[in-house]
Amino acid sequence: MNHYETVFILTPVLSDAQMKEAVEKFKKVLTDNDAAIVNEENWGLRKLAYPIQKKTTGFYTLIEFDGDPTIVNKLETAFRRDEKVLRFLTFHLDKFAEEYAIKRRNLKKNAPKEEAIAEPAVEEAAAPAVEEPAAEAPAVEEAQEPVNE
Amino acid sequence: MAQTQSEIRYLTPLSVDTKKKKYCRFKRSGIKYIDYKDPEFLKKFLNEQGKILPRRITGTSLKFQRRVARAVKRARHLALLPYVTDMMK
Repeated sequence: MNHYETVFILTPVLSDAQMKEAVEKFKKVLTDNDAAIVNEENWGLRKLAYPIQKKTTGFYTLIEFDGDPTIVNKLETAFRRDEKVLRFLTFHLDKFAEEYAIKRRNLKKNAPKEEAIAEPAVEEAAAPAVEEPAAEAPAVEEAQEPVNE
Repeated sequence: MAQTQSEIRYLTPLSVDTKKKKYCRFKRSGIKYIDYKDPEFLKKFLNEQGKILPRRITGTSLKFQRRVARAVKRARHLALLPYVTDMMK
Protein backbone atom coordinates (compact mmCIF):
# COMPACT_ATOMS: atom_id res chain seq x y z
CA MET A 1 0.00 0.00 0.00
CA ASN A 2 1.31 3.41 -0.96
CA HIS A 3 0.12 6.85 -0.23
CA TYR A 4 -0.81 8.84 -3.33
CA GLU A 5 -2.12 12.25 -4.10
CA THR A 6 -4.00 13.27 -7.20
CA VAL A 7 -5.15 16.66 -8.42
CA PHE A 8 -7.33 17.14 -11.47
CA ILE A 9 -8.89 20.08 -13.25
CA LEU A 10 -12.42 19.85 -14.62
CA THR A 11 -13.79 22.13 -17.32
CA PRO A 12 -15.57 25.25 -16.10
CA VAL A 13 -18.56 24.63 -18.41
CA LEU A 14 -20.02 22.08 -15.95
CA SER A 15 -22.73 22.98 -13.48
CA ASP A 16 -22.06 22.42 -9.80
CA ALA A 17 -24.05 19.18 -9.80
CA GLN A 18 -22.25 17.85 -12.86
CA MET A 19 -18.92 18.72 -11.30
CA LYS A 20 -19.76 16.86 -8.09
CA GLU A 21 -20.98 13.92 -10.13
CA ALA A 22 -17.67 13.74 -12.01
CA VAL A 23 -15.72 13.88 -8.76
CA GLU A 24 -17.88 11.08 -7.35
CA LYS A 25 -17.20 9.04 -10.46
CA PHE A 26 -13.44 9.20 -9.92
CA LYS A 27 -13.82 8.48 -6.24
CA LYS A 28 -15.80 5.42 -7.19
CA VAL A 29 -12.96 4.28 -9.48
CA LEU A 30 -10.69 4.49 -6.45
CA THR A 31 -12.97 2.77 -3.95
CA ASP A 32 -13.81 0.00 -6.45
CA ASN A 33 -10.10 -0.81 -6.61
CA ASP A 34 -9.72 -1.11 -2.83
CA ALA A 35 -8.22 2.29 -2.25
CA ALA A 36 -8.91 4.15 0.95
CA ILE A 37 -9.61 7.83 0.43
CA VAL A 38 -7.77 9.75 3.11
CA ASN A 39 -8.52 13.32 2.22
CA GLU A 40 -10.53 15.25 -0.31
CA GLU A 41 -10.32 18.94 -1.07
CA ASN A 42 -12.34 21.03 -3.41
CA TRP A 43 -10.49 24.20 -4.36
CA GLY A 44 -13.44 25.48 -6.38
CA LEU A 45 -13.24 27.46 -9.60
CA ARG A 46 -9.74 28.86 -10.05
CA LYS A 47 -8.07 30.88 -12.72
CA LEU A 48 -5.51 28.96 -14.75
CA ALA A 49 -2.04 30.42 -15.19
CA TYR A 50 -2.32 29.77 -18.92
CA PRO A 51 -5.22 28.64 -21.11
CA ILE A 52 -5.82 24.90 -21.48
CA GLN A 53 -8.12 23.83 -24.31
CA LYS A 54 -9.08 27.49 -24.65
CA LYS A 55 -10.43 27.58 -21.07
CA THR A 56 -9.07 30.12 -18.63
CA THR A 57 -10.65 28.70 -15.45
CA GLY A 58 -11.20 25.26 -14.02
CA PHE A 59 -12.53 23.32 -11.03
CA TYR A 60 -9.65 21.90 -9.00
CA THR A 61 -10.07 18.79 -6.87
CA LEU A 62 -7.46 17.11 -4.72
CA ILE A 63 -7.79 13.54 -3.46
CA GLU A 64 -5.33 11.72 -1.21
CA PHE A 65 -5.63 7.98 -1.10
CA ASP A 66 -3.90 4.79 0.01
CA GLY A 67 -3.72 2.02 -2.52
CA ASP A 68 -1.69 -0.41 -4.59
CA PRO A 69 0.54 0.90 -7.38
CA THR A 70 -1.68 -0.66 -10.06
CA ILE A 71 -4.50 1.67 -9.14
CA VAL A 72 -2.68 4.70 -10.52
CA ASN A 73 -2.86 3.39 -14.06
CA LYS A 74 -6.56 2.63 -13.73
CA LEU A 75 -7.27 6.08 -12.37
CA GLU A 76 -5.25 7.80 -15.08
CA THR A 77 -7.00 5.81 -17.78
CA ALA A 78 -10.29 7.01 -16.36
CA PHE A 79 -8.99 10.58 -16.46
CA ARG A 80 -7.87 10.25 -20.07
CA ARG A 81 -11.18 8.77 -21.16
CA ASP A 82 -13.15 11.59 -19.62
CA GLU A 83 -13.17 14.73 -21.72
CA LYS A 84 -14.37 16.79 -18.77
CA VAL A 85 -10.86 16.55 -17.32
CA LEU A 86 -8.46 19.25 -18.52
CA ARG A 87 -5.41 18.17 -16.55
CA PHE A 88 -4.46 15.66 -13.89
CA LEU A 89 -1.43 14.87 -11.78
CA THR A 90 -0.96 11.79 -9.62
CA PHE A 91 2.12 11.06 -7.60
CA HIS A 92 3.43 9.05 -4.70
CA LEU A 93 3.99 10.91 -1.42
CA ASP A 94 7.34 10.33 0.27
CA LYS A 95 7.72 10.46 4.05
CA PHE A 96 8.28 14.23 4.14
CA ALA A 97 5.32 14.86 1.91
CA GLU A 98 3.17 12.66 4.11
CA GLU A 99 4.19 14.60 7.20
CA TYR A 100 3.30 17.80 5.43
CA ALA A 101 -0.01 16.40 4.22
CA ILE A 102 -1.00 15.40 7.75
CA LYS A 103 -0.10 18.84 9.05
CA ARG A 104 -2.06 20.47 6.27
CA ARG A 105 -5.08 18.27 6.97
CA ASN A 106 -5.06 19.17 10.64
CA LEU A 107 -4.81 22.86 9.84
CA LYS A 108 -7.76 22.56 7.53
CA LYS A 109 -9.81 20.78 10.19
CA ASN A 110 -9.28 23.64 12.59
CA ALA A 111 -10.05 26.26 9.99
CA PRO A 112 -13.71 26.93 9.14
CA LYS A 113 -15.13 24.54 6.57
CA GLU A 114 -15.89 26.72 3.60
CA GLU A 115 -13.19 25.95 1.08
CA ALA A 116 -15.87 25.06 -1.46
CA ILE A 117 -16.89 28.71 -1.81
CA ALA A 118 -13.62 30.53 -1.32
CA GLU A 119 -10.37 28.81 -2.15
CA PRO A 120 -8.32 31.38 -0.19
CA ALA A 121 -9.39 29.46 2.91
CA VAL A 122 -7.38 26.51 1.67
CA GLU A 123 -4.52 28.71 0.62
CA GLU A 124 -4.29 30.33 4.01
CA ALA A 125 -4.38 27.00 5.74
CA ALA A 126 -1.50 25.81 3.58
CA ALA A 127 0.59 28.95 3.52
CA PRO A 128 1.68 29.36 7.16
CA ALA A 129 3.21 25.90 7.28
CA VAL A 130 5.68 26.79 4.58
CA GLU A 131 5.99 30.49 4.86
CA GLU A 132 6.35 31.03 8.56
CA PRO A 133 9.85 29.63 8.83
CA ALA A 134 10.89 31.28 5.58
CA ALA A 135 9.59 34.70 6.62
CA GLU A 136 12.82 35.55 8.36
CA ALA A 137 14.84 34.89 5.25
CA PRO A 138 13.84 37.71 2.84
CA ALA A 139 15.47 40.53 4.81
CA VAL A 140 18.89 39.07 4.24
CA GLU A 141 18.15 37.56 0.90
CA GLU A 142 16.87 40.68 -0.79
CA ALA A 143 20.30 42.20 -0.82
CA GLN A 144 21.55 39.50 -3.15
CA GLU A 145 18.40 38.82 -5.08
CA PRO A 146 17.22 41.94 -6.78
CA VAL A 147 15.03 39.72 -8.96
CA ASN A 148 12.89 38.86 -5.95
CA GLU A 149 11.05 42.13 -5.86
CA MET B 1 54.39 51.98 -4.63
CA ALA B 2 53.63 51.98 -0.94
CA GLN B 3 53.65 55.75 -0.92
CA THR B 4 51.05 56.15 -3.65
CA GLN B 5 48.73 53.72 -1.93
CA SER B 6 48.86 55.55 1.36
CA GLU B 7 47.89 58.79 -0.32
CA ILE B 8 44.47 57.52 -1.34
CA ARG B 9 42.00 58.32 1.35
CA TYR B 10 38.38 57.36 1.47
CA LEU B 11 35.58 59.19 3.24
CA THR B 12 33.94 55.93 4.21
CA PRO B 13 35.92 52.80 5.00
CA LEU B 14 35.99 50.36 2.14
CA SER B 15 33.57 47.51 2.48
CA VAL B 16 35.45 44.62 0.99
CA ASP B 17 34.57 41.71 3.22
CA THR B 18 30.98 42.57 4.01
CA LYS B 19 29.52 40.25 1.36
CA LYS B 20 26.81 38.25 3.08
CA LYS B 21 27.19 34.53 2.96
CA LYS B 22 24.40 32.84 1.04
CA TYR B 23 22.57 30.05 2.75
CA CYS B 24 19.93 27.49 2.03
CA ARG B 25 16.69 28.75 3.49
CA PHE B 26 15.22 25.27 3.63
CA LYS B 27 18.07 23.91 5.69
CA ARG B 28 18.05 26.90 7.98
CA SER B 29 14.34 26.89 8.67
CA GLY B 30 13.91 23.12 8.60
CA ILE B 31 11.48 22.79 5.71
CA LYS B 32 11.57 19.25 4.47
CA TYR B 33 8.85 19.21 1.86
CA ILE B 34 8.24 21.90 -0.72
CA ASP B 35 4.60 22.18 -1.60
CA TYR B 36 3.70 22.70 -5.25
CA LYS B 37 0.23 23.89 -4.20
CA ASP B 38 1.57 27.21 -2.97
CA PRO B 39 2.51 29.24 -6.07
CA GLU B 40 3.15 32.42 -4.08
CA PHE B 41 5.97 30.73 -2.20
CA LEU B 42 7.43 29.15 -5.32
CA LYS B 43 7.56 32.55 -7.01
CA LYS B 44 10.51 33.40 -4.79
CA PHE B 45 12.54 30.97 -6.89
CA LEU B 46 11.47 32.28 -10.27
CA ASN B 47 12.51 35.30 -12.30
CA GLU B 48 10.09 37.62 -14.08
CA GLN B 49 9.79 35.30 -17.02
CA GLY B 50 8.83 32.42 -14.78
CA LYS B 51 12.17 30.65 -15.15
CA ILE B 52 13.70 28.84 -12.20
CA LEU B 53 16.53 30.85 -10.67
CA PRO B 54 19.91 29.13 -10.38
CA ARG B 55 21.33 28.02 -7.07
CA ARG B 56 24.12 30.50 -7.61
CA ILE B 57 21.64 33.31 -6.98
CA THR B 58 19.24 31.88 -4.43
CA GLY B 59 21.84 29.98 -2.38
CA THR B 60 19.63 26.91 -2.11
CA SER B 61 21.47 23.64 -1.50
CA LEU B 62 21.52 21.09 -4.30
CA LYS B 63 19.14 18.76 -2.52
CA PHE B 64 16.51 21.42 -2.12
CA GLN B 65 17.12 22.95 -5.52
CA ARG B 66 16.01 19.63 -6.98
CA ARG B 67 12.92 19.67 -4.82
CA VAL B 68 12.15 23.28 -5.71
CA ALA B 69 12.48 22.40 -9.40
CA ARG B 70 10.14 19.47 -9.00
CA ALA B 71 7.56 21.53 -7.13
CA VAL B 72 7.72 24.29 -9.74
CA LYS B 73 7.29 21.80 -12.56
CA ARG B 74 4.29 20.22 -10.86
CA ALA B 75 2.74 23.63 -10.31
CA ARG B 76 3.30 24.49 -13.98
CA HIS B 77 1.64 21.31 -15.13
CA LEU B 78 -1.44 22.11 -13.06
CA ALA B 79 -1.55 25.70 -14.35
CA LEU B 80 -0.82 27.11 -10.91
CA LEU B 81 2.30 28.73 -12.39
CA PRO B 82 2.85 29.77 -16.01
CA TYR B 83 5.43 28.11 -18.23
CA VAL B 84 6.29 31.39 -19.94
CA THR B 85 5.25 34.88 -18.99
CA ASP B 86 6.38 38.46 -18.64
CA MET B 87 6.29 40.82 -15.70
CA MET B 88 5.31 38.18 -13.21
CA LYS B 89 6.27 40.35 -10.24
